[in-house]
Amino acid sequence: MAELSDIQNDTIREQVEEYVEREDERQEMIDLYVGTSLPMQEIAAGVIEGFHEQVDQLTLDALEGGTEATEVMDNGLIAGMGLVGIKFRDNFVFVPEVLASARAMKAGMKHIEPILSESGIDPVGRVIMGTVKGDLHDIGKNLCIMMLRGAGFEVIDLGVDVSPDDFIDAFEEHESGVIGMSALLTTTMPNMGRTIEAFIDADLRDDVRFMVGGAPVTPEFADDMGADLYGETAIECVEAAKQLVTANG
Amino acid sequence: MSTLLEQLATGSVLLSDGATGTYLQEHGLEPGGCPELMNDTHPEVVGQMAANYFAAGSNMVETNSFGGSRYMLAKYDLGDRVEELNCKGAELARQAAPAGCYVLGSIGPTGEFLEPNGTATEEAMYEVFCEQARGLAAGGVDAICIETMSDLGETTLALKASKDTTGLPVITTLCFDKGPRGYFTMMGITPEVAAEKLGEAGADIVGSNCGLPMSAMIEIITAMRSATTRPILTHVNAGIPNIVSGEIVYPDQPEVMAAQLPSLVEAGANIVGGCCGTSPDHVRAFAKAVQ
Repeated sequence: MAELSDIQNDTIREQVEEYVEREDERQEMIDLYVGTSLPMQEIAAGVIEGFHEQVDQLTLDALEGGTEATEVMDNGLIAGMGLVGIKFRDNFVFVPEVLASARAMKAGMKHIEPILSESGIDPVGRVIMGTVKGDLHDIGKNLCIMMLRGAGFEVIDLGVDVSPDDFIDAFEEHESGVIGMSALLTTTMPNMGRTIEAFIDADLRDDVRFMVGGAPVTPEFADDMGADLYGETAIECVEAAKQLVTANG
Repeated sequence: MSTLLEQLATGSVLLSDGATGTYLQEHGLEPGGCPELMNDTHPEVVGQMAANYFAAGSNMVETNSFGGSRYMLAKYDLGDRVEELNCKGAELARQAAPAGCYVLGSIGPTGEFLEPNGTATEEAMYEVFCEQARGLAAGGVDAICIETMSDLGETTLALKASKDTTGLPVITTLCFDKGPRGYFTMMGITPEVAAEKLGEAGADIVGSNCGLPMSAMIEIITAMRSATTRPILTHVNAGIPNIVSGEIVYPDQPEVMAAQLPSLVEAGANIVGGCCGTSPDHVRAFAKAVQ
């Protein structure tokens, strides 16, 4: 079994030691990073620390040096974001640090995305995201989108104040089987249920899975409105999306 | 007649009002509608709300201007009516206020992040807060209440803008959530740090509002009190909402919240009131509990 001391990069080793407290997660992180090359660990460290210029340059260097785009994405960018997710969930970092890491991730992804789309490699999955009708709040939704993109998803962002018809149109246009809905206000939260009803009325409910979140939303609300999964945080949103993509097969 | 700060200095515990948003929704505000526009289109509703809270025992009410910044109003294409709508909101509360009662000009978050987290510059955000504070002062508020904040940078800018523009006393209250490591705002600020830093930055009154139910708010106020000697204001939600037969219901009844009010005061709160889901009935129950 790989040990913490086997991780070559100092930043990654210290971060795992200090912030990944759950035994199973710690071993998972150690195994992940021990299996990656030092340049990939450096990219991951840049994502974790939110150094977008560093990630930009290191990603470019790695690609020019012949490393596969998927390897840079998985072992560098996504690996780094995974550790950020754990730190965020456990209150070691907050929204500002996550935004900085997301910026760093994006700086790397801008070199990766053209290569992936050229070579026809599919993303992890495709997700439609929007804040429901009547609600203009998008901080939480945008955070989820950054984390989803960080985890390799293609995200279609419908923005705020999205009507049930807009969700249906997007679903038909993008053929995405997963829709994420957000609401901050208790008054607009029922529009999540109304959107799901609209899919039922259009005879489309069986083709789509819904995940919901937002400050007033609880697992009970999610059940009540007929959603498939609820996520309390942006990390749980990614987990939910992974489950739903798999479920859709 | 003494001012708000003078009255607090005598050691009195004062009562604020209850929710604005929930009240307006029950009185004609459509889901997705702009609450501040009602200051112009439904002045009788907004004025009656203030009158109801004063009648219930509030020593002060907040203006209907929480989302009255240019950033927020622009989402309804009302960005050119900031001073007017804030001024009207303040006038409506002022007209309803009995002698010796106060009007707090409510300023909520802009919904924008400051650079580098977002795109707003400090200069732009400062100007936006100045504009809103000017409108509120023109309508006759006694103090500015900057509330439901999570970022110290944004809160400090709002505080400075309010002070520079109006010279009035300024209250700052943040919204905390409970995580695995305790209470933090989403930007990572603890109650202790908020109380200390905002007091240092010149807030006359600090505190917390929204987010969590009474039991959690008592812990938050205890933490803030350990870090500041300033008066503390808190507006507490009527619990965490449930869905009951398709309707959103805030579960904490007036008596339930009122029963915990003495603990909130003991924890260090000097001004107490309600946030989401509270009504004039809650304030009436609070008034009995405070006496």
